[in-house]
Amino acid sequence: MTKKKSSKKHKVEKILRVAMPEQNPKGRIKNFDEVNLGYKQKDALLEASRCLQCKNPKCMEGCPAEIDIKSFIGLIQKEKFDEALEKIRECNSLPAVCGRVCPQEDQCEKTCILGIKDKPVAIGNLERFVADREREREARGIQKCAWSEVTKKCTKERVAVVGSGPAGLTCGAELARLGYQVTIFEALHKPGGVLVYGIPEFRLPKEIVKKEIEYLKHLGVKLEVNMVIGKTLTIDELFDKGFKVVFISTGAGLPYFMNIPGENLNGVYSANEYLTRSNLMKAYKFPECDTPIIRGERVAVIGGGNVALDSARTAKRLGAEHVYLIYRRSEKEMPARDEEIEHARAEGIEFNLLANPVEILGKDGWVNKIRCVRMKLGEPDDSGRRRPIPIKGSEFNIKVDVVIMAIGQGPNPVLTSTIPKLKLNKSGNIKADIETGKTNVKGVFAGGDIVTGVATVILAIGAGKKAAAVIDEYIRTGVW
Amino acid sequence: MYKIINKKNLVKNIDRFYIKAPLIAKKARAGQFVVIRINENGERIPLTISDYDRNKGIISLVSMRVGKTTALLSSLKKGDAIMDIVGPLGNASEIKNFGRVICVGGGVGIAPIFPIARELKKAGNYIISIIGARSKGLLILKKSMEQTSDELYICSDDGSIGYHGFVSGFLKQYLEENTGSKAGKNITIARVIAIGPALMMASAAEVTKPFNIKTIVSLNSIMLDGTGMCGSCRVEVGGKTKFVCVDGPEFDAHDVNFDLLLSRQKVYCSHEKECMGIYEKQCKLR
Repeated sequence: MTKKKSSKKHKVEKILRVAMPEQNPKGRIKNFDEVNLGYKQKDALLEASRCLQCKNPKCMEGCPAEIDIKSFIGLIQKEKFDEALEKIRECNSLPAVCGRVCPQEDQCEKTCILGIKDKPVAIGNLERFVADREREREARGIQKCAWSEVTKKCTKERVAVVGSGPAGLTCGAELARLGYQVTIFEALHKPGGVLVYGIPEFRLPKEIVKKEIEYLKHLGVKLEVNMVIGKTLTIDELFDKGFKVVFISTGAGLPYFMNIPGENLNGVYSANEYLTRSNLMKAYKFPECDTPIIRGERVAVIGGGNVALDSARTAKRLGAEHVYLIYRRSEKEMPARDEEIEHARAEGIEFNLLANPVEILGKDGWVNKIRCVRMKLGEPDDSGRRRPIPIKGSEFNIKVDVVIMAIGQGPNPVLTSTIPKLKLNKSGNIKADIETGKTNVKGVFAGGDIVTGVATVILAIGAGKKAAAVIDEYIRTGVW
Repeated sequence: MYKIINKKNLVKNIDRFYIKAPLIAKKARAGQFVVIRINENGERIPLTISDYDRNKGIISLVSMRVGKTTALLSSLKKGDAIMDIVGPLGNASEIKNFGRVICVGGGVGIAPIFPIARELKKAGNYIISIIGARSKGLLILKKSMEQTSDELYICSDDGSIGYHGFVSGFLKQYLEENTGSKAGKNITIARVIAIGPALMMASAAEVTKPFNIKTIVSLNSIMLDGTGMCGSCRVEVGGKTKFVCVDGPEFDAHDVNFDLLLSRQKVYCSHEKECMGIYEKQCKLR
């Protein structure tokens, strides 16, 4: 399988992958500012110069949004930054978001040819650089975004998008580009879905999401907040109002609990609640902002995904002395991104791996301990990861005052329960074709976590994109 | 923005707001609630929809001043606007012809009991209402309740009006006098609906249990999004964890773990005090 091309070695001196500058861990655990500081122009040019501009680039195969990575990096090499950004936007309307939160190491960077012998090109960092450059130049009054004051006029059929997370925003943007009149309905008071309620400020500043959404508005997309589809309006009413198609991208908004004793004690949160309080409601600014959050001194976070790490790092920033990450498998099986795990370790999060809670203990209604059991790894399960098995008699207690359950989320039934004809699978996700987004109801498409279960931002973007193309075809031909 | 079309001060610290929200007014049914956020730094709080005018596109909310958010709401005037209102959320009350229904409202809980009593009346039920407040001057919606009830009984904690005591005390007396073997009358009460402070609802549940009367309560737990996303409002009903926002807000009172509800309502007590203290200081400085 390996290609023989090592004879054609670079003549030039080998350039090392430019590291992402970041806030130092001691300082950053005292603030909510972004950890990664982003490339300077010289960093970006140096990093871009590492790109081989392959004849048959592999990186693009790894991108669910099919960004023309080779071309945009080529444009950076030529210092054509605005053009580079436009190149990305042809395929992805959320470059500043994706440059930050995509797991590039498992996608574009995983397939980068340079990565075979060396570290791959830092594609995500470069994507982030061109997106940030535009926003920062505008903020400093150097350059006005070419698009900032124009709203494009869309005249084609009307499409309703339910949910303004990554899948919805992408589908809306793609369709608006094609000239459709798109309205995105959001249940919360701010658009962005998981990008605003879930991912913390220190990983994805909300100003950045806001700016990406402004870009969508320029494309002609309309946004309506405080709209719970299924309650405020139903899907049928959307069709009655003249929408030709409805795209459902309501995400995974139902928190799972472990169903162990003590889970309803005061001080036990779902990660959804904890993060929503801190991110969307800015509880970290209490009492300047009115939403409260319990600032625990000893916090246990249950889970091993990005949401668990986001919760743990938030707890640290809220002043916790000890934050324990309790995960039932070993670090190798943790679904979180490597970067997040590194960051969390540097910030002093204490990993308690191969442990699983069995009970939460309390006093006067408040949590004071969590009881866990040691685990060992057995044979691989359906997910391919080794199955964790409890070790009898190995129970132990940890003193805590806050517990955050970050063991996953499911599909929220508020919408789906109001449209009984829509087919769901056993876990309550919408049955939609992964390639087209088509559901069993004519005119209704679905994509993102509501179809796949919890996944990543970029997969949701990919789903939104694919669905947009099929929606266009459906409206043009009328063929379902 | 959602404009306040009119505002009425009902009693000392309870206001009634009429707010333009056509989509919500069109859909609202008795028993449902909205979540509001007053301004950019504000928190999200649930308020029961106490009435709606579908034609005019207006909903009515009744709010008692207890913490910073409700104090802020109370400071708003006719013509002002509330930044965010979302709804109608939660399940609507079950409206059917049950027969004789007792509607119990305590304090500000009279506001949400009113539309339920009215809809039940429209459905053909015989409505016995028991409403109460701490004292005469704090009793709200007496007239509205009179109009929608076949029998209306008033209670006050201090005896300044009607029955001297809690609504649950009167409820017990009423049931003893009118139903069951000892009463000598054979009146069947099909169900009791009780809304008010958690303690009041717990007492009402205790009262009706020996009489074996189906009793419904509308729980007022702490909420954040109000759409089932966070689990902040979770309660224990029949030994199972339920979310008030999407599984409720109404539950069978005899299955509700009221101790847990009361405990969970106190999670942010110290935060609320701190917030209110700062707000009151700011108000004085102005």
